[in-house]
Amino acid sequence: MKLHEYQAKALLAKFGVAVPKGSVARTPEEAEKASADLGGKAVIKAQAHTGARGKAGGVKVANTPAEAKQHAAAIIGMQLVTHQTGPQGLPVGSVLCEELIDIEREVYLSVAIDNSAGMPVVIASPQGGMDIETVAAESPDAIFKQHIDPACGFREYQARELAFACGFEGPTLGPTVNLIMGLVRAFEASDGSIAEINPVVLTKDGRVLAADAKFSIDDSAAFRQKANMELQDRSQEAAKELEAHDAGIQNYVKLDGNIGCLVNGAGLAMSTLDAIKMAGGDAANFLDIGTANSPEAVVAALRIIGSDADVKAVLVNIFGGLARTDVIAQGVIDAKTQGLLPQPTVVRLAGTNVEEGLRILDASPVELVRADGFADAARRVVEAAK
Amino acid sequence: MSILVDKDTTFIIQGITGREAVTMARECLDYGAKLLGGVTPGRKGREVHGLPVEDTVRAFTDRTRVDAAVVSVPPAGAADAVFEAIDAGIPLIVCVTERIPRKQVAQFVEYAAQKGTRIIGPNCLGVISPGKTRVGGIGGAAESTRRAFMPGRIGVMSRSGGMTVEIANSLSEAGLGVSTAVSIGGDAIIGSTYAELMPLFDADPQTEGIAIYSEPGGRAEYELADYMARSGSKKPIVAFMAGRFMDEMPGMRFGHAGTIVEGRADTTASKIANLTAAGIIVAEKIGDIPRLLSERLGK
Repeated sequence: MKLHEYQAKALLAKFGVAVPKGSVARTPEEAEKASADLGGKAVIKAQAHTGARGKAGGVKVANTPAEAKQHAAAIIGMQLVTHQTGPQGLPVGSVLCEELIDIEREVYLSVAIDNSAGMPVVIASPQGGMDIETVAAESPDAIFKQHIDPACGFREYQARELAFACGFEGPTLGPTVNLIMGLVRAFEASDGSIAEINPVVLTKDGRVLAADAKFSIDDSAAFRQKANMELQDRSQEAAKELEAHDAGIQNYVKLDGNIGCLVNGAGLAMSTLDAIKMAGGDAANFLDIGTANSPEAVVAALRIIGSDADVKAVLVNIFGGLARTDVIAQGVIDAKTQGLLPQPTVVRLAGTNVEEGLRILDASPVELVRADGFADAARRVVEAAK
Repeated sequence: MSILVDKDTTFIIQGITGREAVTMARECLDYGAKLLGGVTPGRKGREVHGLPVEDTVRAFTDRTRVDAAVVSVPPAGAADAVFEAIDAGIPLIVCVTERIPRKQVAQFVEYAAQKGTRIIGPNCLGVISPGKTRVGGIGGAAESTRRAFMPGRIGVMSRSGGMTVEIANSLSEAGLGVSTAVSIGGDAIIGSTYAELMPLFDADPQTEGIAIYSEPGGRAEYELADYMARSGSKKPIVAFMAGRFMDEMPGMRFGHAGTIVEGRADTTASKIANLTAAGIIVAEKIGDIPRLLSERLGK
């Protein structure tokens, strides 16, 4: 679950990370007041779950409170379109109004999961403000890493090593170490999955500040991060995904194509999307129904797919292990009978109780296309979607 | 021979009174596995399919040899169950539970490494050596498991539980069969990776070749390529890489927690190039795996 920049900064500040002075505004008037509180000058930043906001017109500098009000009026309510959002963009419901800072130097700082080491890693680079992938590709020597050991935690000397590597010394060393330690504490205490401060800024007046902040919380930790999970801004999520989530379907992702998919198992679902692509089609969604232990659960999932206006044909691809193909077959028939799945539907069943599953399909007057193997299924559904 | 488990492997299921665990226990027993019973704190004295339920793991380990534990406990208690099994000295823990907080997984994976405990998973379906035993729900009902997993020559490792069965099925249909199949788990952090299990397959005389199912995200495929170069392993490996469509969708997560393209190295294109360079054959389709392995096995 992603936080907005203003939420991330508030969280980081609680753990001792220094952030610029500022506040969030949901109306132009609030932005006017916020900038007056800052002494008139302010930077007005769109709050949406994407990077590259500046290039898209989502970040403006105001020299007076009146200008801040104008900028906020232009930004609040816009659809912010960046290379990360897709053509439809993301709605902007608020702006962060912050003090203008005089930048002496920018560095990069983040915490991410290192799968190979099996633990989080703190990454720092003196080349701040840039895309870290580009830095890693062009100057790998400018990337520095220190792991967060699950048993003994992150030690202060590790923060010092990163600070030294980024060129902090003398009076700036202490504040930098504090900032790094604060970031790590916030990440660990909040079940972070990724946290990025790009850039950390050394100001001309000698402060070390988190000038931007991204923070995501591990969805698997939702049960013990209730307060943070309440910060979720549902306007930033795709409507179909919210609908699926509310129906208890956790593994649904909306995509751009026109073939609806219901599959059991994430691996088979992924392979099914590949097979559709290879057959010349594009999936409208990813959906892993999991063990699907009742026809009702299958109907609930098919309702999400069937009501998607983009969907022209549907592929049900099941290899029953824990999931029972007879339960799935009954769910498909029920959804069809209830008129929830009007699109042509291709069904491939294999595995647990497949004889019974096929018998249920055969016994029903509902019209379905049957397929053997998923390459065949993909070919048939691409044909049906044309 | 087999790896990790054999026909004499004794095990317990932690969380055995849960609905999915009850089904899993039935399927393991039907397959002939040596399931001793299970643990659900507060439920001592109950029975599941005639097997005892205890409050603690120690209640079993104090009186008998327990080779493995399957953890099928809801996410909030799963890490605790793993720690309990490690501290009881059980050498192999198969953690089935999905959606355990990443931080807790990191903790028990490291603790297990210190104690010399082998962990498979989390977010996996378990281990099977066809015709001998199975530890976990892998394959589903015993009858369809017997059909999909014929005893044979190929070791299987998979980040997807379901796809372990798809691959085994294709190997069985082709007459190659399976020596041991391991569902290694779909999370970002798992107890045993391809590279960590490969030495076991290399040492297993029954395993003549290996089939692997892989996905975008993480570095496990690079470690496998490194292992192949370092060890001089001679057994042929055929890998299938799902999620090619994801290469153009950075930042999106599909199903498995570990499956996300965050950087160039996470893409299937980059992984396929790396595996190929290490001499690992990458199959375009699941159905191609048996033929590609047969060609390398030369019979």
